[in-house]
Amino acid sequence: MTLDSIWVFGEIADGEASASTLELLTKARDLADEVAVVVAGDGDDIAEAAGAHGADTVYSVDCDDALVGVPMAAAIAAAIEAGDGPEAILFPTSYDARDTIARLAVKLDRPVITNCVDVEVDDDTLVGTEPIFGGQTNIKTKFTGEGPFLVSVRPKSFAAESADGDEASVSELDVPDLGGSGGATVTDRFAEESDGPKLDEAEVVVAGGRGMGDADKYQAVETLATSLGGAAGASRAIVDAGWVPYAYQVGQTGKVVKPNVYIAAGISGATQHLVGMKGSKHIIAINKDPEAPIFGVADLGIVGDVHKILPKLQEALEGR
Amino acid sequence: MKQIPDPADPGALDPETRTLKRDVKLILDESDSYGVEMALQLVDAAGEGEVVLVSMAPNNERSGLSTALAMGAASATLISDPELIGSDALTTAKLLAKAIEPLGADLVIAGSESSDGYTGTVPEMIAALLDRPSVTAAKSIEVEGGAIKVQRQTDAGYDDVECPMPAVVSVTAGVVEPRYPSFKGIMAAKSKPVAEVGIADLGFDAGSVGWDGAGQDIVDVTEAPQREAGEIIEDDGESHLKIVEFLEGLKVI
Repeated sequence: MTLDSIWVFGEIADGEASASTLELLTKARDLADEVAVVVAGDGDDIAEAAGAHGADTVYSVDCDDALVGVPMAAAIAAAIEAGDGPEAILFPTSYDARDTIARLAVKLDRPVITNCVDVEVDDDTLVGTEPIFGGQTNIKTKFTGEGPFLVSVRPKSFAAESADGDEASVSELDVPDLGGSGGATVTDRFAEESDGPKLDEAEVVVAGGRGMGDADKYQAVETLATSLGGAAGASRAIVDAGWVPYAYQVGQTGKVVKPNVYIAAGISGATQHLVGMKGSKHIIAINKDPEAPIFGVADLGIVGDVHKILPKLQEALEGR
Repeated sequence: MKQIPDPADPGALDPETRTLKRDVKLILDESDSYGVEMALQLVDAAGEGEVVLVSMAPNNERSGLSTALAMGAASATLISDPELIGSDALTTAKLLAKAIEPLGADLVIAGSESSDGYTGTVPEMIAALLDRPSVTAAKSIEVEGGAIKVQRQTDAGYDDVECPMPAVVSVTAGVVEPRYPSFKGIMAAKSKPVAEVGIADLGFDAGSVGWDGAGQDIVDVTEAPQREAGEIIEDDGESHLKIVEFLEGLKVI
C-alpha cells in the first residue's frame, strides 16, 4: 500500500543534503510512488544525493535572508493550491522545519502529527508512531480527515540508504506575497567552532550532567571525549544552567545520538535525556545515586563518584 | 502559557479517553516560565506596558497562572471548557489566537515547546493565525523602535534576526532566570483579574474542538521495547578498569 506522492522538507547543511533529508527520503520512497524534496536555497546542491536516495524532483524555494518558515510554507501552500502538491509531507524536527509545518497547518487547515519515530500508510491515510513518557510508551496516531498529511519525524528514526537513483531534476517554487506574516530577517549568523566529530555523528559520546558539579569540572568530560576520539554532550539541566552551549544538548529538545558507545557521567537520566540517547549501541553510566533511571538503560553501570572515577579512567587511558 | 502535570509525577494516559490524565495538580510549565520572565524583563526595560497571560485548560485549573501572576503579570485570560479534552495543536492554537487577538499585544511570547506535549508548533501556528511575523527559539529579545532584535538559537550557534512588531516570539528554555514569586507578589496575585472564557465565547462549537476537532485519532498504544538492564556495580576504587575493559571489548580503544 503506497500513496501516490510524498514530499520531504529537505535541508542543506554545509552545502550538502542534511542527514535527516536522506533519512526521510529513504522512508518516503517506501511510502509513495513519487518522491520530491522541497528545500530552502539552491536545490542543485542536493540534486545528486536526493536523486540517489529516491527523489525524482527537488523543488528549490528562494527564501533570501528571511527566516524560512513563512516563505517555505507560503510556497508549498501555493503549489498545493495550484494542484501540484503531494498527498503527504514529511518534516524533520529542526526549528525551521517546525516553523514551516506549523505555518502550513494553518494555511491548509490540516492537523499535524509530530515527533514520530515511524510512519506507515494505512489505506489512503498515514499513521505516525510517537514515543511518549520518555519512550516507555508508543502511540500510533492516524489522520482521519483529508490530506495533505503533515508529519514530523525525529532524527535517526530511519537509516539513510541510497537507492542508486539518477540525479533529481530541479525546479523552483515561487514565493507568493507574504502579507502580514513576512518580515523576520536573518541579519547575521554565528557558528560555534568545535574540533573533533559532530555530536550526532560521533562513534563515541561522553556526556555530563548536573552530577559533574560545576562548569569547570565539566572539563573532564571534554577531555575524556577527546581521548576517545568522540564528542562531548550534555544533559538539558547543565545547558539551561549555562555550563555549555545548546549545541551540546542530548535529549528530546536537543540532539538525538546513536553512537557505538555512550558514556553518561553524572547524568540521572530524566526521560527528556533518555529519549535522545537510549538508541546508543552501548551505554556506560556513572552516577552516585543507585536509583538513577540512567542505570535502567546502561550496559555497564557504576555507582560511584564521577570526580574520583573519571580522573582514574583518564589516567588509565593515557597510560596505554 | 501552559499548565502541565508536575514532570516529577508525569501521570499516565487515561486508557478510556487516551489523553493525559490531568487529575493531578497542574503547575506552570517550566518552559513557559522563561517566556513569562522574558516578558516581564521587556516591560521593565521599556518602562511601560504590562504582561497579560493567556492559557488554556479543560478544568478551570489556575495554579500555574497564579504562579505567573505572582511573578508579576498583570492579568490573565483562561480558556476553560470540558469540551477541550483531546484538542490537538492546531485547535489549541486557533483558540489561543482568538483569545489573544483582542488584547492588541505588541509581542506575543511563548515557550518553545511544552514539557509534556513537545509538539513545538503552537506559537508559530498562533503567528500564522494572527498573520504576524514570528521568531522561534529566541535566546534574547531587544525592542528597538517598532521592531525586535532576536538572537535565535540554531544547531551550530545562533542567528541574529530582526523582525517588525507586532510579532510572535517563542523563547528557549534556560535563557533567563525566572524570578521566584515574592510573598508580596503571591498576595497581590490573589486580587489580579483572571477572565475565564469558554469555547462558545470564542466562537467555537463542541464539534470543532477536543477529539472531534482534532482530525486525528489514536489507534494504538503499546509499551515500547525496553533495553535490558546490564551489569551494575558499586565503585570499589578500581571500577575505572571495568570501563577500560568494556571499551577494549568493543575495540574502541
